[in-house]
Amino acid sequence: MMAAQKADAHLAASAVRRDDGEEQPLLSVTGLTKLYGTRVGCRDVTFDLWPGEVLAVVGESGSGKSTLLAMLSTRLPPTSGTIRYAMRDGVLRDIGALTESERRRLMRTDWGFVHQDPTQGLRMGVSAGANVGERLMAVGARHYGNIRDSALDWLGRVEIEADRIDDRPTSFSGGMRQRLQIARNLVSGPRLVYMDEPTGGLDVSVQARLLDLLRGLVADLGLAVVIVTHDLAVARLLSHRIMVMRQGVVIEEGLTDRVLDDPREPYTQLLVSSVLQV
Amino acid sequence: MDRIERPDLLAVSGVAKTFTMHLIGGALLPVVRDVAFHVAGGECVALGGPSGAGKSSLLKMVYGNYRVDSGSIVVRDGREAVDIASASPRRIIRLRQTTIGYVSQFLRVIPRVPALEIVAEAARAQGVEAGVARQRAQALLTALSVPERLWGLAPATFSGGEQQRVNIARGFAGNFPLLLLDEPTASLDAKNREAVIRLIDAKKAEGVALVGIFHDDDVRRRVADREIDVTRFAA
Repeated sequence: MMAAQKADAHLAASAVRRDDGEEQPLLSVTGLTKLYGTRVGCRDVTFDLWPGEVLAVVGESGSGKSTLLAMLSTRLPPTSGTIRYAMRDGVLRDIGALTESERRRLMRTDWGFVHQDPTQGLRMGVSAGANVGERLMAVGARHYGNIRDSALDWLGRVEIEADRIDDRPTSFSGGMRQRLQIARNLVSGPRLVYMDEPTGGLDVSVQARLLDLLRGLVADLGLAVVIVTHDLAVARLLSHRIMVMRQGVVIEEGLTDRVLDDPREPYTQLLVSSVLQV
Repeated sequence: MDRIERPDLLAVSGVAKTFTMHLIGGALLPVVRDVAFHVAGGECVALGGPSGAGKSSLLKMVYGNYRVDSGSIVVRDGREAVDIASASPRRIIRLRQTTIGYVSQFLRVIPRVPALEIVAEAARAQGVEAGVARQRAQALLTALSVPERLWGLAPATFSGGEQQRVNIARGFAGNFPLLLLDEPTASLDAKNREAVIRLIDAKKAEGVALVGIFHDDDVRRRVADREIDVTRFAA
């Protein structure tokens, strides 16, 4: 519970700030369903996400959490259901009805996506600075000096030494690559970031540092986040709210510390009791 | 009559809680039923009763950490009254930021953040100006005998007692109108127990409503205005 309290103290500050005068959700998902023939990928998922709010989607492999994330991030068309997003002008738009160029602009500017495998989210053949700068250029930045300054600033914020700016990520450790991917995503000032097991492939000590960094950034920037993870400790540290998925369906949801400390569903109780206590 | 002068900050009524242990054949573990009590600003109410009576569970229900099967837990938040039993996660998070503080005996350490920052941040999170928050943090750490040479260090390496005192300092640094205390004085030495008693008295004087579990009889007698025997609500 204390960890959640801690997350609240750090994260809710931004949620509350953002809530003022913004009485509509950032993301509103209704009846989202994906069927593969007769097999259910994900069924009837409905939720609202508010500015500054971090939602963790937890479950085991095959629970449908990755399918859900793929649909939310428009990488996978849903069989049915709608995803609406509050654009910068405040209008809730149906994401499925956006034109391809509108959709791509959203993905490049207002949204971020942090992959478990940083090589999927980075361009491995160009320098660290270019990886960060590229996203700025996508939103119209053209001044080389400014772009490089922003890149340097962001490398610093994710604790990458300035003298690595011209190195390619192929020469980076796993933890550094993941931090670079985060910088690349956040440099354009997104309001919503999707994360797919962002600490998944890392050593435990590297994970702790990354989580700590992520928590600070999410709070400082007031980001809304949907994070998919099978790691309940990650969910506890980062999220305000949890959805537990099993066999494509959300079986339990609520305040993170309540779901983890007082789980109601048999499957959630099993998940929580299966975690090694340290 | 009392209500008019000192309105309740917390009103619990008809609360029942049973754990269903699905992993052991759906066994039912009744905790409490028909819980009813209220706490006004400026008073400290102790939850009493033997271990296992449900004191800590009750405190966790008030904080929104445990769910409630029935009944209501109404907390006054400015001009609004919020029922924790039915409030949305978002509303509960906001309440925890502005209205309900919770002090346990353990510090779950925030990696890499120095002790002074941890305490000052609790005040800043409630809108206290940075310089004032820092002064308040210094005063609290001093009152709780946390040596100044530790203030700039992250508490991960501190002794258990030092971590506990940083945690108490953090809990008392905010301006919460309702403060829940889960054995804040457990295993403190006499001098620091006295310090916590003084902190509680100061909160009462500010009009804060406190609900606490105090295993130390002396502490309980000195800070509690009333004691609620939780065995009364045995399910």
